[in-house]
Amino acid sequence: MTTTVTPPPPETAPVKKEKRSRLPKSARAGGTLHGGPIAYAILIVFTIVSLFPLVWTAIAASRDNQRLAQTPPPFWFGSNLFKNLELAWTDANLGEAFFNTTLVAGISAATVVALSTIAGFAFAKLRFKGRNALMLIVVGTMMVPPQLSVIPLYMMVAKLDWTDQLQAVIFPSLVSAFGVFFMRQYLLQALPDEVIEAARVDGASSWRVIWHVVFPAARPAMAVLGMLIFVQTWNDFLWPFLVLTQSGNPTVQVAVAGLGRGFTPDQSLIMAGALLGTLPLLLVFAVFGKQIVGGIMQGAVKG
Amino acid sequence: MSTRHDTAASPVKGGAAPGRPPGGTASDGKEARRRQKLSRRWQRDMRWSPYAFVAPFFLLFLAFGLFPLVYTGWASLHQVELTAPTDMEWVGLRNFTRIFDDEFFWNAAQNTLTIGIISTVPQLLMAMGIAHILNYKLRASTFYRVAMLAPYATSIAAASLVFVLLFGRDYGMINWALDFVGIDPVDWQGDKWPSQFAVSTIVVWRWTGYNALIYLAAMQAIPHDLYESAALDGASRWQQFLHVTLPSLRPTILFTVVVSTIGASQVFGEPLLFDANKGASGGAEHQFQTLGLYLYEQGWINQHLGRASAIAWMMFLILIVVGLINYVISRRLRASS
Repeated sequence: MTTTVTPPPPETAPVKKEKRSRLPKSARAGGTLHGGPIAYAILIVFTIVSLFPLVWTAIAASRDNQRLAQTPPPFWFGSNLFKNLELAWTDANLGEAFFNTTLVAGISAATVVALSTIAGFAFAKLRFKGRNALMLIVVGTMMVPPQLSVIPLYMMVAKLDWTDQLQAVIFPSLVSAFGVFFMRQYLLQALPDEVIEAARVDGASSWRVIWHVVFPAARPAMAVLGMLIFVQTWNDFLWPFLVLTQSGNPTVQVAVAGLGRGFTPDQSLIMAGALLGTLPLLLVFAVFGKQIVGGIMQGAVKG
Repeated sequence: MSTRHDTAASPVKGGAAPGRPPGGTASDGKEARRRQKLSRRWQRDMRWSPYAFVAPFFLLFLAFGLFPLVYTGWASLHQVELTAPTDMEWVGLRNFTRIFDDEFFWNAAQNTLTIGIISTVPQLLMAMGIAHILNYKLRASTFYRVAMLAPYATSIAAASLVFVLLFGRDYGMINWALDFVGIDPVDWQGDKWPSQFAVSTIVVWRWTGYNALIYLAAMQAIPHDLYESAALDGASRWQQFLHVTLPSLRPTILFTVVVSTIGASQVFGEPLLFDANKGASGGAEHQFQTLGLYLYEQGWINQHLGRASAIAWMMFLILIVVGLINYVISRRLRASS
């Protein structure tokens, strides 16, 4: 027994090291040439264009409707920000919307990550009949936009009496072919066959391998995938818009879109709502931006 | 491989039972049987667990992915009212002839195509340029990357609502800036091309940074010696970009083209919110009504779910054609290199 046990420790150690050095390595492996002033100038312009509409949302939210109907448009903050935020919060039912969206996006992200990791592991590391055909289906599914399926889904929701219910939004969001693909690509190279072999030699069943080998090895990719799915579900518009209403369990997007559809829309109020709806994700990006960037780039190379 | 497991599996269990009497023939037979049972369970695990692992995904996929997609085709052959979505009356291909006779279907198809081109082409070209710059050694490179991903974090709803204001005819900042350089105010909502340009701008704004990161990732994977040998051959920077970078990026470019084309065929929220009063019609004269919006108008405003299904099915066919074209082009490109 002892002889069969000895291999794992030295095997796992280098794996962990490799895993850790991954992100910095991809960041370092850039070009060797330094960027000139023109490169910086273009980047700064591009950064400003990327950020300006967001900053201006805040500026407009801090003014009032009258000021927004004047030229030149405001370029600096006014004094109405908190008043507008408060009004938008109550008008658009944003408190409930935040709770709903967090719930939906959280459940969706957690489920997609768990299912994708398990399925991705099977596709990356296990041999079984029909594996390639099934993987082809997964990849093919990635190319079919969910929008094309909304009508039967709507019929299902009507039949199940799920209109205005959160589960109407949750269930369709649990299907993510991208997630399976993403985890497969990651596990293909992040999890060496020998580690699985070693666990098998120790008599671990497949479920134990998942718990004790696959999940620990996949953790960085799981975090990234979780964030990507969370962002995607948080921002999803069409489907929640079809099955939820502003008064019945809205998500943030439904509530914010509803703000713009009043009869005499108060633009500063609309901007306050848009700001509130965007802020949580921007905060997440500000904190985890580096990891998210790394995750998107990692998924890209293999995609 | 499997034999190794079979022999290796039992020692653990055997080792866990230290009180085993040595040498007894009866217990040897028992032990053998136990081993056999264990290894049978082991084999069952090895054979079936992969299916168990992919099953949850495929069950959900069947229920909420494949079934609705196929059922869309079935529903497109029926008359279905929004108010009674479960009552279906067979009408054959009438939904299809109805939408083919509707000028607004062709209008929407055309708008989807033009908005798709105006949004996808500049978006990918700019993304390529930005990625090239980001591939230099830069100070604060993480900052730029995160900053250009901020639009990606912004929802369609929030982005569209802001751009409506920025593109306002009378008080919008863009017309104000144009006035500054002596250009007359543009009616970004009312006129056909300006409105399509404005809607496309929202798409471009949200996705350029994301695509730039994807190109950057692919550029960083190109081995440096390729550039070195090109430089030794006397290739200029521009030539290196043309003859080393672009060919190496071909699969990535194809990937982004496919993804953005699919995205462009589905544009919905941006034009819906771009004129909140007109809503589903996409402007007073349907000047920026996309197929996605047309589907919504037929299904949820005019309450004809059957007809909306026919539109969805047509969009699906268009995607298949686009996919085939992409496939043929990539084949050609691969063959020519």
